[in-house]
Amino acid sequence: MATTTTSGSAAAETDARSASDVAPAPVRRQRRGAPMATFLGRRFLSSLIVLVGATFIVYMLLAYAIDPLEDLRTSTAPNKQQLIEARIAALNLDTPPALRWLQWLRGAAGCVVGNCDLGTSWVTGAQVTSMLQGAVYSTVQLVASATFLAIGLGVVVGIVSALRQYTGFDYSVTFGSFVLYSLPSFWVAVLLKQWGAIGFNDFLADPVVKTGTTVLLALIAGVVWSAIIGGPLRRRLITFGVAGAATAAVLVFISETGWLLDPSLGPVVIGAIGVGIAYAVVALGAGLKNRRALYSALTTVALGVALYYPLQYAFVNASWPLIIGLAVVAVGSGILIGYLFGGPDRIVSARAAAITAVGVGVLIFVDRVMAVWYTYSNSTRINGRPIATIGSQTPGLQGDFWVEVLDKFTHLLLPTIALILISFAAYTRYSRASLLEVMNHDYIRTARAKGLPERVVTVRHGFRNSLIPLATVVPLDIAALFGGAIITERIFAWSGMGTMFIKGLQTADANVVMGYFIVTAALLVIANIVVDFVYAALDPRIRVNA
Amino acid sequence: MTLQPPLQPAEAHHDPAEAVEQNENAIELKEVEGLSQGRIVMRRFLRHRGAMVSAFVLLFVILLVTTSIGWGPIPGWWKYGYKELNPITNAGGAPTMGFHDGGFTFGEHPFGQDNIGKDGFAVVMRGTQQSLTVMFVLGIVSTLIGIIVGSTAGFFRGRTDNVLMRVTDMFITIPVIMIGAILGKWVGGASPWALAFALAVISWTGMARLVRGEFLSLREREFVDAARVAGASNGRIMFKHILPNAIGVIIVNATLLMAAAILLETALSYLGFGITSPEVSLGQLISEYQTAFATRPWLFWWPGLFIVTIALTINFIGDGLRDAFDPRQRRIPTRRALARADRRREHAAARAAASAKA
Repeated sequence: MATTTTSGSAAAETDARSASDVAPAPVRRQRRGAPMATFLGRRFLSSLIVLVGATFIVYMLLAYAIDPLEDLRTSTAPNKQQLIEARIAALNLDTPPALRWLQWLRGAAGCVVGNCDLGTSWVTGAQVTSMLQGAVYSTVQLVASATFLAIGLGVVVGIVSALRQYTGFDYSVTFGSFVLYSLPSFWVAVLLKQWGAIGFNDFLADPVVKTGTTVLLALIAGVVWSAIIGGPLRRRLITFGVAGAATAAVLVFISETGWLLDPSLGPVVIGAIGVGIAYAVVALGAGLKNRRALYSALTTVALGVALYYPLQYAFVNASWPLIIGLAVVAVGSGILIGYLFGGPDRIVSARAAAITAVGVGVLIFVDRVMAVWYTYSNSTRINGRPIATIGSQTPGLQGDFWVEVLDKFTHLLLPTIALILISFAAYTRYSRASLLEVMNHDYIRTARAKGLPERVVTVRHGFRNSLIPLATVVPLDIAALFGGAIITERIFAWSGMGTMFIKGLQTADANVVMGYFIVTAALLVIANIVVDFVYAALDPRIRVNA
Repeated sequence: MTLQPPLQPAEAHHDPAEAVEQNENAIELKEVEGLSQGRIVMRRFLRHRGAMVSAFVLLFVILLVTTSIGWGPIPGWWKYGYKELNPITNAGGAPTMGFHDGGFTFGEHPFGQDNIGKDGFAVVMRGTQQSLTVMFVLGIVSTLIGIIVGSTAGFFRGRTDNVLMRVTDMFITIPVIMIGAILGKWVGGASPWALAFALAVISWTGMARLVRGEFLSLREREFVDAARVAGASNGRIMFKHILPNAIGVIIVNATLLMAAAILLETALSYLGFGITSPEVSLGQLISEYQTAFATRPWLFWWPGLFIVTIALTINFIGDGLRDAFDPRQRRIPTRRALARADRRREHAAARAAASAKA
C-alpha cells in the first residue's frame, strides 16, 4: 500500500479496496469451489447489512431534513389544523422515524421475492415502483451512450498519451484533463446550450464555413495529428500537411455543397471510410503483414458496400429488432468471411473482419438516418433548429422509425457531450497511469528482448494488462449510471432518476427519495461484488480468500 | 516513504539513455545530500512549475477575495458592498473594464452589473468567500474524521476494523450529491459553516480507506516494534510514529478532496440545496444568472471562471504535492536534453579516440 501513488484519489481508493476486500494471493493455490461459495455467501451477507444500514441512515436524515407539513404551516385555510392532522395521520408522522423505517423496510424486503412495495408518493399518489420504471428507462437512455463513449474515448486518448509520454501531446492531454476535471458541469451545460445548440442552429441557417475558420481548423487538425503520430521531424511535417489539407478539403466541401443541410454518405464514402477502418483494425489487431486478415476485412467492406442498395429496401419498415438482427448478421458474416480465408490463425482474421463489419454496418445505419435529416429539420415542429436544448423528444412530432431515431439523437447530443467531457478526463488519467505502470514491468522488457514487434508488445502485452485496473472502475460507473446525472438532467429537463430525486426532495416526498436511493445503492453494492470477481478472474495472482 | 532517494532506475525504458539516467540520479543524490525529508519534499514541490504557478494564482485569488470587499474584521478597499444597489453605469450594466481611450481601465463596475444594479465584482467576491470557506472547512474537517476512523481501523484491526469499514461502506453507498442535497436542505442556506460541516460528515470515506491502508502496512514495520518495546502507548505509536509517515498520502488527498469540495458546494448551491439567496455563493450566482446569459453574459462568466480557477489550481497543487511526496519521483530529462547528452558523449568519445590516435 505504500506505493499507491497512482493517478487521482479515486484510483488510490480502488487500490485500497482491492487490498481490503480481495486479499493478495498466498503462493499456494486454493481449492476452488467450496471456499468460493463461502466467500460469495459472506460477501452477499455483509453487502446486505451495508445496504440496510445505508437505507437507515438516509431514512433518518430524510425524516429530519424534510417537512411534509411545510405548505400547510403557512396556509391560511380556515381548517388548517384539521388539514395538518389529516396529513399527519396519512403519513404516519406521529410514529417515530425508526419505526416508519421498519415499515418501509418490510415493503422493500418484498422486492427479494418479487413483491415490491416501496410505498406511494403522497404528492401525486403514484406507486414509487411504477415511477421508477419510467425514470430508470429514460435515465439509461441518457447516460448509457455517454458512459460508453467516455470510456472508449478516454481509454484511447489515455493510451496514446502514455505511449507518447513526456511529449507535447502528453502534457497537453494532462493539462486538458485537469481542466475538464475542474469544470463545474452545470456551467459547461449552460455554455453548451448557448453555443452548441443556439449557435449551431443559427449557423445552420447559412452553413458557410469562413475561410479563416477553415484555415484555423486545418492548422489545429494538422498539429494534433502530427503530435499523435509523432516520429522524426520529416514525418511530422508530412503528417501535418496531409491532415491539415484533408481537413481543409472536407470543410470546403461541406461549406460549398451545403452538406450540413442535407447530409449523406453514399456507398462511395462508406467504402472509403470502411477501407480505412479495415486497415486500422488489422494494423492494430493483427499487423498489416497478416495478409489473410487484411483481405478478409477488405472483403467484408466490399460486401457491405455491395449490400448498400438492397439494404435500403429492408430499411423501409425498420424497427429496433430488425436493426439488432442485421447487426448480428453483420458480425456473423464477418466471422464467416474471416474463417473462410483460412490459414493457421483463422480466429484473428475472423475477429478483424467482424469488427470491420460492425463499423461498416454503423456507417450504413448513420447514412440512412442522415437521409431523413432534411425533412426532419424542415418540418414545422423543428423549423430549421434541429439541435434541441431540453426534453427527450419533440412533442407532437410524427414520423417513421428513422425520424424518431434522429429526434432522439438531436435531443441526446448535448447532454451526452456534457456528460462525456467530465468522465472522459477521469478515464484518460486512469488508462494513462495504468499503461505507464504496465509498460515498466519486466515482462514488457522480455517481450521486446525476444524480438516481438512493438505493436504486439503494446497491444497484446501492454494494453490488455493495463485494462485490468480499469475493469474495477467500470462496473461501479455503470452502476452509478442508473443513479442518473442529477445536474445534467436538471439542466436539460430530462425526466429521469435525477429529476425524480430532486422533485421528491423538493416536495418533501420521502418515499420517492427512498425509492431512488434503493435502486442506486443496490446496484452499487452489486457492482462492488462484481468488481471483486472480475478482478479475481482477470488477475490470476489474486484469489478470493474465504 | 523511504528516506533514501531511489538509486535504481525504475522506469528505464529509454534504453540508450540509461547512462544519462544514472547520471541524473547521481546529480539528484548529491542535491538532496544532508537534507531532511521535509526539505526534500519542499524542493521537489518548488521545482514543479505547474504547482508553483497554481499556488501563486490561488494565493492571489485568496488575497483579492479577503481584502477587496472585506471579510469579517478585515476591512475592504472596494467601494461597493455585495448587497448594495447602485445606479447602472453602462447600458444594460455591461462591464466597464476594458480598453478605453488607449489605456486599460477598470472603471466603476469592472465585472458589470445585474439588472437591478448590484456590482458584479462585489457579488463575485462575496460568492468566492463563501465557496472558499466551505472548501477549506470541509477539507479540514473531513480529513480529520478520515484520519481518526482510518487510523483506528488500521491500527487495531480485527473487529474494530470490520465495524468501522462496514460503516464506511454504508456511507460510500450513498451518492454524495444526493446526501449532500438532503443535508443541504436540512441545514438550509443559512451559513457556509453549517453546510461545510454537514458535507464533511459524508465526504471522509475515501480518506478513511486510504489512511487505513497506510496504517495496515506501516504498523508491521520495525520502528513500530521498537517504539512498542520502548513502552510507547498505542496513542503515541499511532500519532507520533505512524501518522507522520502517512502524511504524504494524507496531504495529497486532502488537496484533491478540496478540489472536489468546491465543485460539490457549487453544484448543490446551483441546485438550490446549498447556500441560497439572499446569501451568495458561486454556484448560486450561476443558477440565478443563467437565464440572463443571452443578455448579460458577464454575470454568468465571472462566477464560473472563479470556480474553474480555484478547482484547477488546487488540482495542480495536489498533483505537485503527489510528485513531491513520491519517493520514486525523479527529474525527467526531456528528449532534447537526452539528445544533447548523447551528442556530448559522442564528442567526448571522438576526442578520446583522436587523442588515443595521436
